[in-house]
Amino acid sequence: MASTLSEESRDSLQIVLPGDLLPATESSFNEDSASAPIIKLGPGLQPLQDDTISAVKAGVLKHAEVGNRWWVESNQRRYVAAPGESVIGVVVGKTVEHYKVDIGAAQTALLGVLAFEGASKRNKPNHEIGTLLYCRISLANKDMEAELECMNPTTGKSDGYGDLKGGFVFKTSLGLARRLLDPKTLILRILGQHIPFETAVGMNGKVWINSANAKHTILICNAIKNSEFLSQEECVTMVKGLVDRL
Amino acid sequence: MREAEPSTNEREFVLAALKEGARIDGRKFYDFRTLRLSFGSDYGAVEVQLGNTRVLAKVSCEVIRPFPDKPTEGFLTFNTELSPMASSAFEVGRQTDEEVLVSRLIEKAMRRSRALDTEGLCIVAGEKVWSIRVDIHFLDHDGNLVDAACIAAITALLHFRRPDVTVVGEDVTIHTLEQRNPVPLSIHHIPICISFAFFDNGERVLVDPTYLEEQIKEGDMTLTLNVHKEVCAMSKAGGIPMELDQILQCTKIAVVKVTELTALIQEALEADAKKRQVSRK
Repeated sequence: MASTLSEESRDSLQIVLPGDLLPATESSFNEDSASAPIIKLGPGLQPLQDDTISAVKAGVLKHAEVGNRWWVESNQRRYVAAPGESVIGVVVGKTVEHYKVDIGAAQTALLGVLAFEGASKRNKPNHEIGTLLYCRISLANKDMEAELECMNPTTGKSDGYGDLKGGFVFKTSLGLARRLLDPKTLILRILGQHIPFETAVGMNGKVWINSANAKHTILICNAIKNSEFLSQEECVTMVKGLVDRL
Repeated sequence: MREAEPSTNEREFVLAALKEGARIDGRKFYDFRTLRLSFGSDYGAVEVQLGNTRVLAKVSCEVIRPFPDKPTEGFLTFNTELSPMASSAFEVGRQTDEEVLVSRLIEKAMRRSRALDTEGLCIVAGEKVWSIRVDIHFLDHDGNLVDAACIAAITALLHFRRPDVTVVGEDVTIHTLEQRNPVPLSIHHIPICISFAFFDNGERVLVDPTYLEEQIKEGDMTLTLNVHKEVCAMSKAGGIPMELDQILQCTKIAVVKVTELTALIQEALEADAKKRQVSRK
């Protein structure tokens, strides 16, 4: 199946299902292997023992020339932690050394009490249970609780991570959250033309919105939630309709 | 895993928005979410979608022997299943307080209000009666499970057709659906639950609370009414104390809502009946 697919739609959408081997990409792997033998596999792909590559998620196969990266773009609702991703979580527990943070994954994640900018044993931030935190996943292994940090490990600066004050947070699908992270996302641009607001998007599907008043925040939240399956024109009319009703 | 409490930000935002007269999904205080009813291919299977809350109800029947002290009465049983599919807060095999409350409320609303004529389920007195069983599955939990389940249960009962029976002397024949048209159950009235959530010491009353609103509320109350303005059941388990006039106010709101919902249910049933007639031709 995949061989016919690859000839017809080399550059267009290629959909893979879990278990699909990727001979479609094999030729390009081989071509590249002479010059650049390194292939980077992203989410949804896994190498098998015989050097073929198998999809482990259903979605659209994507490729970036830079670094010869391949990955599967899919959509799901349950978050699976991956290192380096920014997430929004809620503090649900506290121990001497860690905060327990709910990031919407199967287990809570651990955030060291010293993993903040400028934190020392004497002087460290104190977050109550229920605090909303924007943090980065530093370690995520299978069958283990993920570990979080609220600073850039190389510079020790906060880089915008830390607690989120005020505003409102809502849950979307992971696919939409990933799209919202793109600064060119249409829905955020259209909304920005009408209402000024702040936002933080977590890869775990949590989106934080803050604006001057509650009604604006509600409007923005609903507009983003509605936008998931709308085309560009529909997005424009939807936002216009919502703003006019305000 | 227990579902996490909402963050302080969410809690404060919801309360602040309510003070400004706004709800997080853009509804007015007394608005229901959009209700969608879809019917399965066989009789008595209904899926209710109330916003993001989804409930599936399936009615089935069998012939059994009645209790000796009530020889002419049929059975009506409800079976509620809150699986982890609805929310990770639910676990298999361990009933939470909420689960018990939901199933008790449905039982109270449906059975104790005598919505179904159980005497009409008798085939041979003391020998054979119909036992009607309603299975209610919760597929997605976004608040107000009781109302959605109640609508699902009563719509499923209204939609259900049991096989026709003929009794000649001692002989009972149960006709298959192909032999004879199945017969509907005799339902006296349509009880509908309306749930309220209270905020600010009962100052603010919300109809059809979402999951987040349910987590933050100060108190709740569920009223069961029918279209004839009869209160069938009322349940207030804990929460803040209420004044008499607040309860009366809620009943007034509920009457309006029940009328709307009943009309919606009947419309959906008629549309489905028409569709079935067309497909049979």
